[in-house]
Amino acid sequence: MAVLLRDITLGQFFPGNSLLHKTDPRYKIIIAMVYIVSLFLAKGVLSYALVLVFTFAMIIFSGIPLRIVVRGFKALMFIIAFTAILNIFWTKGENLIFEYKFIKIYAEGVTYAVFMILRLLCLLTGSSVLISYTTSPIALTYGIEKLLAPLNLIKVPVHEFSMMMTIALRFIPTLIEETDKIMSAQKARGADFTSGGIIKRAKALIPILIPLFVSAFRRADELAVAMECRCYNGGKGRSKMTKLKTKPLDIIMLLVFSAFTAGIILLNGITLF
Amino acid sequence: MSKFIEIKNLSFSYPGDSQNPCVPVLHDINLEIDKGEFVAILGRNGSGKSTLAKLLNLILVPSSGTVSVGGKLLSSDMSEEEIIEVRKCIGMVFQNPDNQLVATVVEEDIAFGPENLGVEPEEIRRRVDQALEIVGMTEFAKHSPHQLSGGQKQRIAIAGIIAIMPECIVFDESTAMLDPHGRKEVMRTIETLNREKGITVITITHNMEEAVCADKVVVIDHGTIVKQGSPKEVFSRPEELWGLGLSVPQVTELFDMLRCLGAELPEGVISEEEGAQLLFELLRS
Repeated sequence: MAVLLRDITLGQFFPGNSLLHKTDPRYKIIIAMVYIVSLFLAKGVLSYALVLVFTFAMIIFSGIPLRIVVRGFKALMFIIAFTAILNIFWTKGENLIFEYKFIKIYAEGVTYAVFMILRLLCLLTGSSVLISYTTSPIALTYGIEKLLAPLNLIKVPVHEFSMMMTIALRFIPTLIEETDKIMSAQKARGADFTSGGIIKRAKALIPILIPLFVSAFRRADELAVAMECRCYNGGKGRSKMTKLKTKPLDIIMLLVFSAFTAGIILLNGITLF
Repeated sequence: MSKFIEIKNLSFSYPGDSQNPCVPVLHDINLEIDKGEFVAILGRNGSGKSTLAKLLNLILVPSSGTVSVGGKLLSSDMSEEEIIEVRKCIGMVFQNPDNQLVATVVEEDIAFGPENLGVEPEEIRRRVDQALEIVGMTEFAKHSPHQLSGGQKQRIAIAGIIAIMPECIVFDESTAMLDPHGRKEVMRTIETLNREKGITVITITHNMEEAVCADKVVVIDHGTIVKQGSPKEVFSRPEELWGLGLSVPQVTELFDMLRCLGAELPEGVISEEEGAQLLFELLRS
């Protein structure tokens, strides 16, 4: 389990110098939304072809190794299989291609399943390439804070939210390390985490969770004092070392993605054959 | 002229529960600290030394008596701006470096203090670079804190305080969790800050070798000051410190033992170089 914990690379950021890396995080969040909406607009072979070409181009541009992207698919395996089965067996159409007792498979079902799978895969690839792989967690937090800033007017604590996110990201590695230590300590006293049924295993986690929580609270307390000592008093009157400025690149990116959406809408209108 | 930090008849107790009304921690503390001074505060666990530190920048408020910083009296009815002003003047570095760093990138963390104060972006950049240079961590600016060693993290925590540009920094057992190497790195940084930048340093410590570098040593036991003076004065009577649950520097202990054996050596030897010189002369004669 300790190994498993370390595999959760939160943020999964790949430092790099591509155009996507350089795009302003605020714009990246917006273009990711544009991209996702476009995906759901796509209907028909031509628009899907455009989606595939575009998504593939995005991966190439980002400089993220293809195998990393493919590795990410593994997490979606179950959902993909489930969607495929659901669509193949339950979609009713006109062209029956297979029949065995009560199982009926229609051609429409198969095409629909293929489209659904493509959509899911592109959704995952696009959003991870656009956001998690090419944006550092701190830039992402800052981008979200800036985008949500208007909500301050209706008294949504945007700054507090982004501060919480930053601190959470900061403490994930620390707490993972601590969990490792506590597990080793409990193992040294004869705790067994690997045998028994699911309930027994869940119970075995209690001696890990309690010390972990106690220490997390102690840390929180110390951190709060340290933050106060560093003149923290909430978001008001705060400045930032790095200010986000809109660059020509950001506008170009936005235009490219808008063109992509427009392309899909156009291609939806054209029917093959 | 008034002193930089003046503590008069200070007492403090933590609020208790219904059975024991309150827990007295400090009573009747009188202490004066000059600008640019290097003061070490010694005392065993639970003697109240960390509490004293927290009273200096209004994390805690005195139960009775007064604390004034730079001629200004600290009180609980100060406005938020005034409290920030005090905290800007007195920075504080704690024991566990992990629990002081807020951001996931070193330079972002150092910028945290000045950002809170609303300093202009260019000025923050300048301060961050300068602070990194003072603690000798410039090459780690883009690292994530969890990739650093304990001593390095503690230096980042110190840089975070330097960027606020305080006149005084309190080190609350800041070397206690570090290995000897990390401790040396941090001690060197502290000394540079005091000697070269003229920052007043108050260090709370168990480590006698650290107290030796100070201009003034204050020993606290059971919430009162029991000894105060230069390191030489304080360490010249090892028995008294042992009685308080403290130790003396190794050199001082060695010389004390030699004196008991009848060697003619002076009292209050605290630095290793001085000790070596004296032993050399004794052996030659």
